Amino acid sequence: MGQLLRLGLVLLLAVLGGCGRDSGRSELRFWAMGRESEVLAELIPEFERLHPGVVVKIEQLPWTAAHEKLLTAVAGDSTPDLCQLGNTWIPELAALKALAPLDARIAASAVVRPDDYFPGIWATNVIGGATYGIPWYVDTRLLFYRKDLLAQAGFASVPGTWAGWERALAAITARGAGRRFGVLLPLNEYEPLLAFALQQRTGLLKDDLTRGNFDSPEFERTLGFYAGMFAHGYAPPVTNSQIANVWTEFGRGYFAFYISGPWNIGEFRRRLPPALAGQWETAPLPGPDGPGASIAGGASLAVFRRSRHAALAWQLVEYLSRPEVQVRFHALTGDLPGRRAAWAAAGIAGDSHTAAFRDQLERVRPTPPVPEWEQIVTEMRILAEHVVRGEMSVHDGALELNRRADRMLAKRRSLVAEGVRL
Amino acid sequence: MKRSTVGLLFALPALLVIGVFFFVPVLIALCLSVTDFDIYALADLSNLRWVGLRNYTELLSTPLFWRALGNTLYFTLLGVPLSIATSVGAALLVNARAARFKGVFRTALFAPVVTTVVAVAIIWRYLLHTRYGLVNYGLGRLGISPIDWLGDPHWAMPAIVLFSVWKNFGYNMVIVLAALQQVPEDLYEAASLDGASAVQQFRHVTLPALAPTLLFVSILTMAGYFQLFAEPYVMTQGGPAQSTLSVLYLLYEEGFKWWNLGRASAVAFVLFLMMFAVTLVQLRLGREAVS
Amino acid sequence: MSGRGHAWLVNGTLVLLALATVFPLLWMLSASLMAPGESASYPPPLVPAHPTLDNFRLLVSRAGLGWHFLNSVVISASATLLALTFNVSAGYAFAKLEFAGRARLQRLLVSGLVIPAQVAMLPLFLQLKALGLVNTLPGVLVPSLAGIFSIFLVRQAALAIPDELLDAARIDGASEVTIFRRIVLPLLTPMLVTLAVFTFLGAWNDFLWPLIVLNDNERYTLPVALAALSREHVQDSELMMAGSVVTVIPVLALFLALQRYYLQGLMAGAVKG
Repeated sequence: MGQLLRLGLVLLLAVLGGCGRDSGRSELRFWAMGRESEVLAELIPEFERLHPGVVVKIEQLPWTAAHEKLLTAVAGDSTPDLCQLGNTWIPELAALKALAPLDARIAASAVVRPDDYFPGIWATNVIGGATYGIPWYVDTRLLFYRKDLLAQAGFASVPGTWAGWERALAAITARGAGRRFGVLLPLNEYEPLLAFALQQRTGLLKDDLTRGNFDSPEFERTLGFYAGMFAHGYAPPVTNSQIANVWTEFGRGYFAFYISGPWNIGEFRRRLPPALAGQWETAPLPGPDGPGASIAGGASLAVFRRSRHAALAWQLVEYLSRPEVQVRFHALTGDLPGRRAAWAAAGIAGDSHTAAFRDQLERVRPTPPVPEWEQIVTEMRILAEHVVRGEMSVHDGALELNRRADRMLAKRRSLVAEGVRL
Repeated sequence: MKRSTVGLLFALPALLVIGVFFFVPVLIALCLSVTDFDIYALADLSNLRWVGLRNYTELLSTPLFWRALGNTLYFTLLGVPLSIATSVGAALLVNARAARFKGVFRTALFAPVVTTVVAVAIIWRYLLHTRYGLVNYGLGRLGISPIDWLGDPHWAMPAIVLFSVWKNFGYNMVIVLAALQQVPEDLYEAASLDGASAVQQFRHVTLPALAPTLLFVSILTMAGYFQLFAEPYVMTQGGPAQSTLSVLYLLYEEGFKWWNLGRASAVAFVLFLMMFAVTLVQLRLGREAVS
Repeated sequence: MSGRGHAWLVNGTLVLLALATVFPLLWMLSASLMAPGESASYPPPLVPAHPTLDNFRLLVSRAGLGWHFLNSVVISASATLLALTFNVSAGYAFAKLEFAGRARLQRLLVSGLVIPAQVAMLPLFLQLKALGLVNTLPGVLVPSLAGIFSIFLVRQAALAIPDELLDAARIDGASEVTIFRRIVLPLLTPMLVTLAVFTFLGAWNDFLWPLIVLNDNERYTLPVALAALSREHVQDSELMMAGSVVTVIPVLALFLALQRYYLQGLMAGAVKG
């Protein structure tokens, strides 16, 4: 027994020692999500070649767990050096003082030039006058659809208004005889509803971003429109995990429309059977009365305040922001680069699938820049699901969402009232 | 060295660890639960306010809390009796005089207990798949149309109950089995001489002899089932429509997703009080039933 | 009912129950050997058409599951050794050594048994943050260092040691440490094995705490890595089954090897309650 204990202590010391080892090389810890994290493995070797002695460790976070992982890391002082950050999360991390302001570095940079970026997207990275992220790729949501199914239903093109689109969905669903739906709106995604909500003229928060504005008639109309998709049977009330494989089902014609982002252009090309290659297209979102807005999304590259290699991390940000690297990144992922120079160099907008995105990006709107936003939008998804499942009326759902948003913003209200700078 | 000093030295390391890493945090949690510790306070402690019992009163007026509480009670009230009934049934079978290969059966029935919840929950997620899962395939062979186990708010919790019964019944089975072996054989002989049927023997001999064990087992199982978390985290992520969101899941989300540590601590204490109260009630009822 | 029929009924039911119980585990093994996408077809196949180990190779090369396995082994083994060190001496002290405040401390510990561990979890995280232990292996180990329940389990076993034995050694001039090492530990060995198996399995299967305290993918334990993978690879059921095999098989093997001790411990705990 005694020997066993001694052996154990040695083992334990080895483990503890292992945590603090330092081999003299600089190691950059880089957190990235989803497909991008896989593609980075092909872009990083070149950076490592240019910076001998630097090792970049890429870590994959699943998108569904990324947000809580990031906050836990901030709370536990265990943040990486740099990170791919959904730009709606920037306000939260900025409020936590977790991110390094980049303005001085941008001013001194020969690579990152703010005027080369889409202004609407760049703005999502600026909180209280300081810039916390550099747009890596831009993202918005629009329609992916089956041209053949739309044509069979008697529509030559996607209608630009809600009412027109609903008629198209009704026709497609009716022709499907129960085996086909007009549109797939996964209940575990808030983005479709959020995009429609952003189309309205009124903001989603009011009173200096300290109160919800979900009791407005505009939001109620949006929620009614969204819930109506399910009530009329145009959309199946399912979550993503119930659709075993979105691409297979799209290929089989289980649904004709899907609201998604640019990364799916690549996925659709890769995963759909060749016979369908000419049969799918993208189109901007229809709006309440004419072409509608969508989410100013995308991901930025941010450097953490606690990074001990901030200068090096910034060099990696610069490397990934070079137009030629952005072009390669686009080729690998289908993600749309943040820089116009890369768009021009790669002739991206010339492709019919991405042209719709170019068009949609002209009409993107940011979400309210408050740290509570992620939580509010999560509640929006949850309440929308209750409404869709018929457990709540549209009116009650909107009012309840507003109540919950007001409660989440209570602390912010009191801090603002006290004059605390946020 | 005096013996009393030695005793203290022997006990001290463990006591220190338990004190510093268990009792102290429990006290801190109590303090946190009367503050509004949140993301703003995490950034700057000067944003921390004393709020008295507001976290508790707000919690009691939050529909989501009641939903989580309702889900947890539903899971417990359905899961505990089913688990224990399965355990008793299995123990009776293994203990039956006619049973062969008792050791093999006991091991096989116990196996799920030692497995990792996360791993086996993933297995079940695929077994319960609406279209390609073997459970629905089996039901289909019996002429039952497919059930959307993890996607339908009405079926998700029963599916998790089914999983939990499978995962846990072996544990109580072993305990009940031990208790069954303690029942004196002559009680059964006397009963069968009196012409008691097997069912009557079970009701009048086995059940009374098992009563203290069943009480113990039900308290333990209930305490465990109140702490439902990994199953919904892996199988449903609390959905669909929050039908599998448990109290502990709520605590995790409030605490480690949104960093509302004040409110999360209040949830923790409510969970604690609830478990405490239920245990007391069970003990009281149990004692009356046993005596 | 005739004796024969009765025997058939009992054993038949047992076979069915046992099959239903181990079926998910068998299916896991089988699906882990299938080609990608094979299991998601109708009717669902029970055995792989062409068994392959590709899923395991992919897990090790792409997801680094080898590291997670190693992490799990190191964490579970360290937790076991530390828990034994702390709990056994304490349990023995509570059983056989008088010291000031023993009864009061014992009552305090019993009251601690009713507090669920999750209550302490949030502040514990803040404590570890202050100590710089978040996202480290020692941070994962902290809650399993000492356990009230384990102390009582040891105390229970130590109570059975006759006082005369210990007193005789004392008269012979043996120090308390010598008595503990030469007399007490050998007598407690079966209980130690039981405790070791319990702690190891508990640490291996633990999910919530490692999920919270570990941030770096390369430091994940198997269950945390598996949960993360399962969110990323919902559609790759065969891959996920291979991951489950790697996670479940070691504990099943350990249980089968040390079954006797495990079940004894379980019953000892039950009798105590």
